[in-house]
Amino acid sequence: MKTKMTPLSKLYVALIMIFLYAPIVVMIVFSFNSTASTSVIGGFSLRWYKSLLHDEGTMQALANTLILAVSSSLFATVMGTAAAVGINTFRNKRVKQLTMGVTNIPMMNPEIVTGISMMLLFVFCANLIGKSDALGFGTMLIAHITFNLPYVILSVLPKLRQLDKYLPEAAMDLGCTPVQAFFKVILPSISTGIFSGLMMSFTLSLDDFVISYFTQGPSFETLPIRIFSMTKKRVTPDMYALSTLIFIAILVLLVLINVAQAKGDKKMNNKLNKGGKK
Amino acid sequence: MNKKSLTAKLTASPYMVWSAIFIVVPLIFVLVYSLTDSQGNFTLDYVLDIGKYKDVMLNSIWLGFIATVISLVIAYPLAYIMARTTANVQRTMMILVMLPMWMNLLIRTYSMMIIMQDTGIINTVLSNIGLPKIHMINTEAAVVLGMVYNYIPYMILPLYSIMSKMDHNLIEAAEDLGANKFTVLKNVILPLSLPGIASGFTMVFVPSVSTFYISKKLGGNTFSLIGDVIEMQFKSANNYNLGAALSLVLMVLIIICMMVMNRFTGDDDDGGVLI
Amino acid sequence: MEDNVIIRLQDISKKFEDEVILDKINLSIKDKEFMTFLGPSGCGKTTTLRIIAGFLEADSGQVLFEGKDINNVPPHKRQVNTIFQRYALFPHLNVYENIAFGLRIKKMKEQDISKKVHEMLELVNLKGFQKRNIASLSGGQQQRVAIARALAVEPRVLLLDEPLGALDLKLRKDMQVELKSIQKRMGITFIYVTHDQQEALSMSDTVVVMNGGRIQQIGSPIDIYNEPKNAFVADFIGESNILDGVMLDDFKAKFSGAVFQCLDKGFAVNESVDIVVRPEDVDVVPVNEGTISGVITSNTFKGVHFEMIVDIDNFKWMIQTTDYYPVGTRIGIQIEPDAIHVMKKSEYSGMYGDYSSFSDELEHLSDVAEEEE
Repeated sequence: MKTKMTPLSKLYVALIMIFLYAPIVVMIVFSFNSTASTSVIGGFSLRWYKSLLHDEGTMQALANTLILAVSSSLFATVMGTAAAVGINTFRNKRVKQLTMGVTNIPMMNPEIVTGISMMLLFVFCANLIGKSDALGFGTMLIAHITFNLPYVILSVLPKLRQLDKYLPEAAMDLGCTPVQAFFKVILPSISTGIFSGLMMSFTLSLDDFVISYFTQGPSFETLPIRIFSMTKKRVTPDMYALSTLIFIAILVLLVLINVAQAKGDKKMNNKLNKGGKK
Repeated sequence: MNKKSLTAKLTASPYMVWSAIFIVVPLIFVLVYSLTDSQGNFTLDYVLDIGKYKDVMLNSIWLGFIATVISLVIAYPLAYIMARTTANVQRTMMILVMLPMWMNLLIRTYSMMIIMQDTGIINTVLSNIGLPKIHMINTEAAVVLGMVYNYIPYMILPLYSIMSKMDHNLIEAAEDLGANKFTVLKNVILPLSLPGIASGFTMVFVPSVSTFYISKKLGGNTFSLIGDVIEMQFKSANNYNLGAALSLVLMVLIIICMMVMNRFTGDDDDGGVLI
Repeated sequence: MEDNVIIRLQDISKKFEDEVILDKINLSIKDKEFMTFLGPSGCGKTTTLRIIAGFLEADSGQVLFEGKDINNVPPHKRQVNTIFQRYALFPHLNVYENIAFGLRIKKMKEQDISKKVHEMLELVNLKGFQKRNIASLSGGQQQRVAIARALAVEPRVLLLDEPLGALDLKLRKDMQVELKSIQKRMGITFIYVTHDQQEALSMSDTVVVMNGGRIQQIGSPIDIYNEPKNAFVADFIGESNILDGVMLDDFKAKFSGAVFQCLDKGFAVNESVDIVVRPEDVDVVPVNEGTISGVITSNTFKGVHFEMIVDIDNFKWMIQTTDYYPVGTRIGIQIEPDAIHVMKKSEYSGMYGDYSSFSDELEHLSDVAEEEE
């Protein structure tokens, strides 16, 4: 059933991969270019990596991006998990549908609409308190939490639904208080959902440009916003250097996660086989 | 017992308050702004002004639609090949498809610009081997290509996800019953993958229609998409009311497109969005 | 009050959205007893169990544990433990940690926990399985872990909610024997819920037959089988021919157009009654020697015996014999006095007893439907 690819399939896959990776390869190549040109390769050099390290603005933006991504994804994961636990117990169909409908809005709506709608709210509130410079880290954090929440809820909720509904009862039966039952049994059982919600939030937040763009203030610059303002003029190759580094970091991370998963699967299979033979 | 489930329900309340304030209220703001002028008086001027932007709207939807269809046509065979291959190859290909998604969209788009510009790599190569240069940048085709390039992973993943869950016995059963490869595709695989197509369609169409960065970089100043116009109202023209009205119309148009889409594919499966 | 009663239910009633699930249940469960709630799905047996465990609250009535009202005691403070239908083992913990779970909640010393877990593993024949993942166990093994987990916390009463429902037939029979022996060895009370009458009869000290939210009969398996109280019990437990009859006098019943000697008395003269005759208690004799006679309409070989449907006076009887008679034969029938059981008329009279629409396949289908509940 699972078969090796035919040569035609291989060719097709190869063409798509070339399409997907050509711009990334170009970026990596030019990050090692000794001149600032984006069409002529002058020779190999690490000068853009050096200048990157000395570019305080970019380093600050990188730090800001990480701070924002970590705090917004953690906050969204806690609130979203709690929300999923609650939503899962909703009996009233109308309330449930309404809540899920609202949850889907940030995922379905174009990012630009989500961005400007929050901008309108924030600017309105800022004018109300007479501080026109109120937009910044706070508003971006709120915006990021908001667009992360649906992803957390939608990755936790299926795990809760799959959960044997008698597990919490079994825990209480064995002496747990309802709170203990939640932390000792339910939480560990849905941990994979929580983790994938967290990871998704983190990467979405790391990568977000559009919504950040509309809810930002000059006091807090993230990497995508800095890149945007640079691409308005001419991007210097140190941005390529930075992107190359990020690319490698993500590549390593993805490979590690997958190797771990593959190992886990294999272990599981072995165990299952052994169990079956007994 | 009742007390227990009440506590459980209460854990959702922070989120419900949050989503009311930061999801629902902002959308009400969009509605209010599009129906008032800068003094806050009720007016239909902005909504009625939309007619001026009719061409931009239609063009955005048209280009977004073309990009989505191209993505679908390219992604479908790939997803099928992925779903049929061995587990290790599947894993590797998943990484390869997802990896570009984690790269900053701005940088990727900028890279595309470098490749396609008149003095870019393609043209340098062409002129080096004595062929005439091709003008690619600042055309609609370049913008569509940019959309396809940036958003195609969102088409591949839901398609792959649904095809890898598809029971291969169904295909064999169809072949057993005398269907040829084409009939199997048309009558078995395609209908079963409709939910994947629907969620891929949504995930490519919505950001393509509303983009403002790709069109700016690859379309140049030759034309604007609806996203560019909206962005301008908020970031340079400071005409929030018009911007809100345009956003409202964009939202409504997308909802209509999605409803039409769902007519063809049955229910849109929300789970598909998460892969 | 009898001194060895451990749990007493008093007037327990429960409704779910206007549907009466339990209607004034009264029951005493003795210490160290193996009691089974038996009934079709929806009869209220699982609800009763969940009320004893504390997962459900009765709308009215009391649950007494050793004479004390435990209505307001939450499940985690009750001295009862439950084996759940699908085991409800914790998927994120291995076998050892599952069994140790309740002990850790009690904050027992690590050393004592280890001792107890090993003792339990031995009890359920799972030595050497402590490190295994739950997902890697077979259904029977998971069942054993669930038993070990519940028994580790030394409950006074163990509640078992259709624990063998998910196992295949052979494994189910083995586990029945094993459960019974574990109950004897541990010396604790088992309250067992099942819809399988064979399971109930072979394991229990006392069987409580339930239907429609009410207790139909409480008794030992032998009593329940031989002296069913009404047509429902007679039909639900084993096969039975249930006929309309009249008590002419003490020890004299009339049914199927003939008068039979029986051992029952105390009915009014000419009182209408239900008569139960088990298929295996009917003697087949030559036509001229029989009290009544009928024509065989079908005959199925069952291994140990033949199962015949016999038309007697337009009533289809089921009769089991070890001799073979071809379909169409007219046979005579005799019934010994002790094979006739007379019951008072009840709401169930006339609902059961005729085998005119009987078929093995139907029986099997209804079994499957029940298990899927």
